Amino acid sequence: MHIIDRRLNPGGKSLENRQRFLRRAKSLVQGAVKKTSQERDIKDVLEGGEVTIPLDGMHEPRFRREGGTRDMVLPGNKKFIEGDYLQRSGQSGAKDSGPGEGDSEDAFRFVLSRDEFVDLFLDDLELPDLAKRKIAQTESEGIQRAGYTTSGSPANISVSRTVRLALARRIALKRPRKEEIEELEAAIAACTDEDEREVLLAQLEKLKAKTRRIPYIDPLDIRYRRFETVPRPVAQAVMFCLMDVSGSMSEHMKDLAKRFYMLLYVFLKRRYKHVEIVFIRHTDRAEEVDEQTFFYGPASGGTLVSSALQAMHEIVRERFNPSDWNIYAAQASDGDNSYSDGELTGLLLTDKILPVCQFFAYLEVGESGGSAFDLSDSSLWTLYERLRNSGAPLSMRKVSERSEIFPVFHDLFQRRETAQEKAAP
Amino acid sequence: MTERLFEGADWDFHTLQRITDACEAVAIRDLGLDVYPNQIEVITTEQMLDAYSSVGMPLFYKHWSFGKQFAFHEASYRKGLMGLAYEIVINSSPCISYLMEENTATMQTLVIAHAAFGHNHFFKNNYLFRQWTDADGILDYLDFAKTYVMQCEERYGRVEVERTLDAAHALMSHGIDRYPGKKKLDLRAEEKRAGRRRKHEEEVFNDLWRTVPKGAAKSRSALSIERRRKLLGLPQENLLYFLEKSAPRLAPWQRELLRIVRHIAQYFYPQSQTKVMNEGTATYVHYRIMTKLHQQGRISDGNFLEFLGSHTNVVFQPEFDDPRFSGFNPYALGFAVMQDIERIVTQPEDEDREWFPDIAGKGDVMGVLRDVWANYRDESFIGQFLSPKLMRHFRMFHLHDDPEERAGIRVDAIHDERGFRRVRRELARQHDVGFIDANIEVIDVDLSGDRRLILHHHVIKGSQLNETDAKRVLQHLADLWTYDVSLIEVDANDKVLREYVVSPRPITAAA
Repeated sequence: MHIIDRRLNPGGKSLENRQRFLRRAKSLVQGAVKKTSQERDIKDVLEGGEVTIPLDGMHEPRFRREGGTRDMVLPGNKKFIEGDYLQRSGQSGAKDSGPGEGDSEDAFRFVLSRDEFVDLFLDDLELPDLAKRKIAQTESEGIQRAGYTTSGSPANISVSRTVRLALARRIALKRPRKEEIEELEAAIAACTDEDEREVLLAQLEKLKAKTRRIPYIDPLDIRYRRFETVPRPVAQAVMFCLMDVSGSMSEHMKDLAKRFYMLLYVFLKRRYKHVEIVFIRHTDRAEEVDEQTFFYGPASGGTLVSSALQAMHEIVRERFNPSDWNIYAAQASDGDNSYSDGELTGLLLTDKILPVCQFFAYLEVGESGGSAFDLSDSSLWTLYERLRNSGAPLSMRKVSERSEIFPVFHDLFQRRETAQEKAAP
Repeated sequence: MTERLFEGADWDFHTLQRITDACEAVAIRDLGLDVYPNQIEVITTEQMLDAYSSVGMPLFYKHWSFGKQFAFHEASYRKGLMGLAYEIVINSSPCISYLMEENTATMQTLVIAHAAFGHNHFFKNNYLFRQWTDADGILDYLDFAKTYVMQCEERYGRVEVERTLDAAHALMSHGIDRYPGKKKLDLRAEEKRAGRRRKHEEEVFNDLWRTVPKGAAKSRSALSIERRRKLLGLPQENLLYFLEKSAPRLAPWQRELLRIVRHIAQYFYPQSQTKVMNEGTATYVHYRIMTKLHQQGRISDGNFLEFLGSHTNVVFQPEFDDPRFSGFNPYALGFAVMQDIERIVTQPEDEDREWFPDIAGKGDVMGVLRDVWANYRDESFIGQFLSPKLMRHFRMFHLHDDPEERAGIRVDAIHDERGFRRVRRELARQHDVGFIDANIEVIDVDLSGDRRLILHHHVIKGSQLNETDAKRVLQHLADLWTYDVSLIEVDANDKVLREYVVSPRPITAAA
């Protein structure tokens, strides 16, 4: 007789089978993932979760018999006698459950882990033009806090931790407190009776001896902060979100832009260990802001796109050395720009921005159901199109409905043979 | 007063040991059971789900369909649609029982009595298991199968292996020898033989032989049809066996994969024929053991009540008009018949003496039951031992559903004098796998012609094959055969009802 505890055995024995199943069902699951992600908030996409796939696609066939005459023996007869007839459908309640009836091929829900979900979500996408990819291999060292240690250099002493330990030790060993001694001394000074004074003095002496024996801070108590070196990958990416927040941008347009940025963020996060986001909003002047302000802060005014590009250029120069960083930019705008700004915008793009960028996407957002959208190209669109036609690595798309965001994103990043873009719709 | 095995719901490994010893004492001494050595393993919920997805076996080759099983079970478990089984037990020697760590001490006792003694005795003694399964060899064989499939994937590519296994799985229920004739399966020798076969093929392989000019082909027409069919072993109902031996263009490793799937199907074949008996035996045994332990004072009244709660749930039989009804519950039916046998043996009534002259009043309950457990399968067990008293108890009735009949479904027999034998015969038939599975045979191969494989489905009671599935399975069959396959459905008078013809899909890699 053996009794064996298998609980410590690694679980997940069927992980391999699960992966095979996923691989097999990949196109089905992928379809389901894309459908699910259109219905969900984009930030929820990161959470992974349930998708529903049709069982039919994963059917394992067997020879099964069906139809014909059937005989069955059932329990629970209350009133029937031989020769009675039961209605096939109706109140008789005789529910058939013969073989061949479990025929319905329902969909079944499949819980994907976060990683599986995002993997499938982004599976056939790729970052274009990865000239700097080789840098991703090398890593530099960085340091980070790693708890406390009992030895170290004096500069690293953690005072609060040391005092805390000393206090605990003093309490544990019953070191007399200063107030106790003072109290006793006062009592001695006030004492008149010689005998009692003797007793008190002896007590005082005892306390003082104990104080000497138990130091206020013992070498035992001292703690040093510990630091650890960690490899820091150079493969890092920064994403610039440039958004026009001038009065003409409606909440709907901002929402579209936000969704696009979210997707881009999820996507970059997948490829790089470190992704930074820089939010730049602009009207006729640009500023770097936090996310909240970026999406919800009120601002209005005229429009100078060049201001945002200028701001981005400065930030890159200060903080993101193009030889260390993969730089991405996504610009969202309704396409209005002041006429005089066109030339400057073009110059900034071709001379300063595009040479350091891996990828520059321009997203023109429009009102929901924007049929007017098709009428004429905006000034910015015209400008960018001219630039692109002269060979600048720009990607540009128009979006007016929430449901278009993913297809457009997908389209922009689709794995392709060459880095060159095909013409926009 | 005897010492209690445990108090409350908690248990540890010492408790399990004490429980097992106590159960063993009752099982061996009082019930006279004969069991394989036991191995009890404690596992977690997740591991239980893992075990589910590979048909309960501790090691199994990798295949996506097990992943599908897992995903399915996991999803329904998480949604609360399905509880987990308390236990899984494997027909091997030693007999392995998995216990879930969440079970209370009472449940562990129940499970040990049920699996480690009830199922174990049945596996070791029932004639079908003795005939068809090799308890000593199964774990080694599964290990061999797992490694072999893995090696094939490395050598021939995962896609190729998967395609072959998919096809084999589709035909799995027709990869069984139903009638014993050949000697008992010896999986260990089988594994060795497979190894030798491969080695031999590798050693004697010489590419030069390919270039030797062949003599003039012998005239095929000389072979009479009868002789040809005899050489091919036709008619053959074991489709996997037939393909393994006769499919012209399978690679040796593909034949081996078919053999593996066939052996595993054969291993599970007795289980599908003895569901009622197997669960009935285990339930009867746990009931006897738990009652005895309670009588001995080794489990408290409270714990015994807890046991009765679970036991009652297990043997609950909903009636046909109950929304929970989904056919006869094998636990309920098997347990009821065995308890009834106990009654007939000890306190028979006149009716019982008339129906069961051999055992009525015989007195030796365990002797009779051990004999029943050893020598019957579900169909013969019900056909022989379902008593009128039980038919009345379950209020059984027999329905005959003929789609031609306008008036509806006819009540053919009920639990009365006139109906007992008919109800019993019909219920026994429902438990006959030979009757449930479609009867499909390879009839002939047109070897001189287009090598078309001809199969017959003998239609019983007008019940034909599901068309979609049949086509898909035949596609798999044709892919393995690599020539056309035709399946003809014929009724009892040899009238052709329907014919399927399927051509193989082009093979990407030449075999």
